[in-house]
Amino acid sequence: MNEIPNLLVGIAMGLNLLALASGRLPSLIRVAAVQGVVLGLIPLVMERVDWPVVLVAVLSTALKGVVIPGLLRRAMRVANIDRDLAPLIGFIPSLLLGAAGAIAAVALARLVPLLPEHRGLLLVPGSLASILTGFVLLTCRSKAISQVCGYLILDNGIYLFGLLLIHAVPFMVEAGILLDLTVAVFVIGIIVDRIQRAFDSLDTRKLTALRE
Amino acid sequence: MILVLDIVLRLAGWLVLAPILPGIINKVKAWVAGRKGPPVLQLYYDLARLWRKGVVLSDLVSPGFIAGPAIAWVAVVCASLFLPLGPAGSILSFNGDVILFVYLLALARFCTAWAAMETGSSFEGMGAARDVGYAVLSEAALITAVLALSVQSGSIALTAMLAPTAVAGTALLAGGLFTVLLAENGRVPFDDPNTHLELTMIHEAMALDHSGPPLAVILHGASIKLAIFAVFLVEAVLPIGRLPSAASSSALLAGVFAVTVGVGLVESFLARFAFKRVPLLLTTAFLLCLFALLVAWNGGAA
Repeated sequence: MNEIPNLLVGIAMGLNLLALASGRLPSLIRVAAVQGVVLGLIPLVMERVDWPVVLVAVLSTALKGVVIPGLLRRAMRVANIDRDLAPLIGFIPSLLLGAAGAIAAVALARLVPLLPEHRGLLLVPGSLASILTGFVLLTCRSKAISQVCGYLILDNGIYLFGLLLIHAVPFMVEAGILLDLTVAVFVIGIIVDRIQRAFDSLDTRKLTALRE
Repeated sequence: MILVLDIVLRLAGWLVLAPILPGIINKVKAWVAGRKGPPVLQLYYDLARLWRKGVVLSDLVSPGFIAGPAIAWVAVVCASLFLPLGPAGSILSFNGDVILFVYLLALARFCTAWAAMETGSSFEGMGAARDVGYAVLSEAALITAVLALSVQSGSIALTAMLAPTAVAGTALLAGGLFTVLLAENGRVPFDDPNTHLELTMIHEAMALDHSGPPLAVILHGASIKLAIFAVFLVEAVLPIGRLPSAASSSALLAGVFAVTVGVGLVESFLARFAFKRVPLLLTTAFLLCLFALLVAWNGGAA
C-alpha cells in the first residue's frame, strides 16, 4: 500500500538533487515544477481519499506545475536575464550537501514519533530533505529567480510534512497556503522586473548596498 | 584434472569472447548512424595484425614500458577469474575476494599509467593524469556499490554478493554502475574512443607510443575490462543466482549483450562532456551508489 507514495517521494528526493546540480535557470524552474506535480499526486494515492483531498491535489498540481512556472518563465523572459546560475558554492559541494542532508533526513526521521498509519511512509524524510535543499538553494544561489525556485522547493517540503495532517487540517487552510504562494511568486515576478531595471542585474548581492 | 580443464575453459572464454564487445558497440553506432560499419570481429583482426608487427622502442624507456601493459593484462585476467559466471560459480573464491578484485583493477590502471609515462611524452602524461583523476571518483562509486551489495547480501565474497535477488535500490545501483562502466572504460560521455586529437584523448593518449604486441595487449586488456564491468553490472542487478542454470546463463548473456548495446546507444546519442562537467557526473554516480547503500541498509534494519 505504501509503495506508490514512497516511490513518488523517492522521485521527489531525486529531483532535489537534480535541482542542486542543474546549472541553467530554465532547467531549475522545470525541476521545481515537476517536483510540484509529483508531490501533488501523492494525496491521490494515499489511503483515504475524499473530495477535499482531491481538490487540494488538483489545485496544488495545477498551481505548482503550470501557473507558478509560467509566471517565473514570463518574469525571466520579460526581464531578459542571463540564464547561468552563478552559484556561490559550486555544484559538486551543493550536491554533496544535498545528499548529506537526505541521509541525515532519513536518519532523523526515525526519531520522530508518528501515527501507526504513517510509519512505513517516507513523508518525513522526504519533507526534511526538500526543506534542506530549499535552504541550500536559497542561501547559495545569487540570482533572485533561482532563490524563488529554492523557496518553491522549501514549500514543497512543508507541503509534504502537511500531508501527515491532511485529514485534520481544514481545506481552507491548504487552499490559503497555496494562494499565498501563488501571490508571492506573482509579486516576485513583478519585483524581478523592477530590480532588473534599477540595478541592471538580478544578483541579490548587489542589493545590500543602498544608493540614491 | 577437471579443475585444470575448468580454469583453461574459463580463461579461454574470457580471452576469446571479450574482444567481441567493442565490435558490437561499433556495430550499434554504425547502425544508428546509418553506416555499414566495421565487422563485429574487427578487434580480432587488429590484434592479429598488431601481434605480427615489430616493437618500436625509445632509447629513454626502462623495461617498465613493456612490463606495464603485461602486468596490467595479467591483473585484469586475474580479476576476471574472481567473477562468478552464473550457474558455474567462480573458480577462485574466498571471503573478502571483492577487495582483491577492486585492487587488481586499480593495479591494472596504475601499470597502464606507469607505462604511458615511460617515454616522457607530455601527451601521454596528460592522458595518464586524466585517467587517474577520473579514477579517484569512479573508484569511490565502485567501492560504494560493492559496499551496498555486501550490506544487502551480508557477505564479502563475490560469489555470495552477486547471487541474491535485487532489492529496491537496484535501479539506483544500475544507474551508478553503468556510469562507472562508461568512465572506467573510457566510453563516450567521459572520453571518445574515436577521437584522434591528442588534447582531448584519455585512454588512447596513454597508448600513443606503444606499438606491436604491447599495444595489442593494452587493447585486449581494455576489452576484457569492459567485459568484466558488463558482467559485474548484470550480476549485481539481475537475480542470476536464483534462476535455474539454463535460464541464468542465458540471462547473463542477454544482459551483457544489452549493456553493450546500451553503451553503443549512449555513444550514438551523447556528445563527450566538457572536462569540467565530468566530476559532476561521476559525483552523481557516486551518490546513486550511496543511496543504493542507504536503501540496502534501511531495508536490512526494517
